[in-house]
Amino acid sequence: MRFYEYESRRIVEQAGIPVTEYGFAKTGTEAREAAGRIGGPTVIKSQVLTGGRMKAGGVKFADTPEEAEAHAEQILKLEIGGHMPVGVLVDPKAEVEHEYYAAVLWDGRAKRPMMLFSDMGGIDIEQVAEDHPDHVGRGHLSNLHPIPDFRAKEVIAAAGGLTGRELTRATPILASLARLQRDYDMTLAEINPLARLSDGSFVALDAHMEMEDEAVGRHQRVLTEIGVELDQPRELYEPSDFERNVKAIDDADHRGVIQGKDHGFVGDLGLVIGAGGGSLTLTDAVRSQGGKPANYAEIGGNPSVAKSKGLAMEVLKKDGVEKIAVMMSIVSNTRVDIVARGVIAACLEMGRDPAETIAVFRIPGAWEEEGAKILGKYGVEFRDRGTSMWEAAGEAVEKVQGGAGS
Amino acid sequence: MSILLNKDFTFIVQGITGREAVNLTRECLDYGSKVVGGVTPGRKGREVHGVSVFDTVAQAIENHGSPIDGSVVTVPPAFTKDAVFEAIENGIGLIVVVTERIPRLDVAQMVELADERGARIVGPNCLGLIAPGVCKMGGIGGPAKDAAKAYSPGSVGVMSRSGGMTTEISSTLTAAGLGVSTAVSIGGDAIIGSTYAELMPLFEADDQTQAIVIYTEPGGRMEAELVDWRSEAGSELPIVAFMAGKFMDDEEMKGMSFGHAGTIVEGAEDSATQKIARLQDAGIPVVERIDEIPGAVKVKLAVGAPAGARGM
Repeated sequence: MRFYEYESRRIVEQAGIPVTEYGFAKTGTEAREAAGRIGGPTVIKSQVLTGGRMKAGGVKFADTPEEAEAHAEQILKLEIGGHMPVGVLVDPKAEVEHEYYAAVLWDGRAKRPMMLFSDMGGIDIEQVAEDHPDHVGRGHLSNLHPIPDFRAKEVIAAAGGLTGRELTRATPILASLARLQRDYDMTLAEINPLARLSDGSFVALDAHMEMEDEAVGRHQRVLTEIGVELDQPRELYEPSDFERNVKAIDDADHRGVIQGKDHGFVGDLGLVIGAGGGSLTLTDAVRSQGGKPANYAEIGGNPSVAKSKGLAMEVLKKDGVEKIAVMMSIVSNTRVDIVARGVIAACLEMGRDPAETIAVFRIPGAWEEEGAKILGKYGVEFRDRGTSMWEAAGEAVEKVQGGAGS
Repeated sequence: MSILLNKDFTFIVQGITGREAVNLTRECLDYGSKVVGGVTPGRKGREVHGVSVFDTVAQAIENHGSPIDGSVVTVPPAFTKDAVFEAIENGIGLIVVVTERIPRLDVAQMVELADERGARIVGPNCLGLIAPGVCKMGGIGGPAKDAAKAYSPGSVGVMSRSGGMTTEISSTLTAAGLGVSTAVSIGGDAIIGSTYAELMPLFEADDQTQAIVIYTEPGGRMEAELVDWRSEAGSELPIVAFMAGKFMDDEEMKGMSFGHAGTIVEGAEDSATQKIARLQDAGIPVVERIDEIPGAVKVKLAVGAPAGARGM
């Protein structure tokens, strides 16, 4: 789960990491009040979960509270990358002397979190790592043992040879960030820039937090305390009707799992496919043979007839879908006959002839004899493991493209 | 021989009274696996297909009268870490974690404790492993008769991030007469107990295994780790790879799953295209179709073998 900048600010603040005074505002009036409270020049930042705010006009500088209000009102109406802001963040225009980078994230290969620190913050850290590797300190953390401050100190000392007050002041901040990453199941806990102000103090000017979706459930209480609104939209893009409908069908019944995605897909061949790896393999096989999938789908865990039917119907309802390909890798849990019943029922309910509509049905495995019988009744040929996934996909492509021309 | 499993391999099922676990227990027993106990807290005294249920792992071991080799853990995500800790602290050496949607920290903690205690974890989010004709540990391959159909004993080791594709690939190898030495569904999560590179030394040491097939997907750096291991170990065990999810490299799919500062840890993020290039550069062919796998394996075996030595 991605957090808005203002939420990330509250999270680091709660973890004891110093921040400047700030305000979150949903109206121009609130922004004016926040700017008045902060005093002096302020920055008004659009709260959207997308990059390119500055370029789009989502970040503006204000000298007075009145100006802050006017900017906030403009920004609140400004859509950025297809997203409307949930509010604005009002920050003081800080007197920054130097910018650093601090982050804790997973190193999948080491199976441990890794701390990163650089004395060249505020810019793209990947570029820094490439151009100035000696200015990036790194260190792994145990998952089980307590996180000691000295580990953070070692990482900071390794970043361009930092010492003195810089080292001693940054150490507890990086250590707190590491504990926060573990305590809150963050996949990414990043402060960039971490700023040293003219008075020598360190503050987190901008923080970026992402919590692992699987762990959101066990942090509900803390998230509520911080004021995180869990029903706020956090997706990279708005779900389509197809995606919403498939999800609703999936949520309505706990047996098995169906998923559907069509973001980025435009085509005439509907895919009713599974399971995880099978779906990836089959989508590639369709595209590699010149096919145009209208969607991506995953069937798994032995869904009910109603669920399989629901997925097939949603796929068939999509604009431009001529035929569906029903394909899976060999199944051991999901039952072939249940999927067969579902897709036949979907065709019939849509007034479509199953034999014409189902370009191919290739699901070998559990209850395949029963599945083949059901399909046979409606003139749909059953393909077992004797037909490879590639061949089944090719057959579907040929049928939908041959059919379009005739 | 096979890797990790043998004829006398004993294991328990933690969470044995759950719906999926009951099926899995039945399938394993039918296959001839030695399921010597089950654990579900509060259900001591019950039986699942003739297997006694206990409240604790320690009770199951005491009842068995000697150490137990493995455990299949299939309990809800919130309880998985504790169940795995319990298995590890009771001296169980091989733990298959079936459960999906476990937070990454929990997985990393299980793996770290396993490392400290000398235990091995396979999974999570996996179907387990099978040594055809020897032992089936987990739901891999499904009911015994289906598992027997897809997995015949043979010369190829299989490792796959997808449980279903483990069976699809093995079935292809079986149909081609190559068969399978051991197939491991390693799990699809970002952090798993046993990666390709971590299982390779076992396959390398196994007389029965003459080639390896891996199934992989975008994300993570397991292929790079495999390639590094191979050159460091000087391993010449032939490997054939299949990469699914190439469509995810498309521009319009960008940002749907990957990215962020995580890329810095190990270099540029591994897309399907980059992974394929990396594997092929290391002499590991990446086939486009699953049905091309047996042919590619046979080519590798023919190249690697001194004339007539392998009897393919």
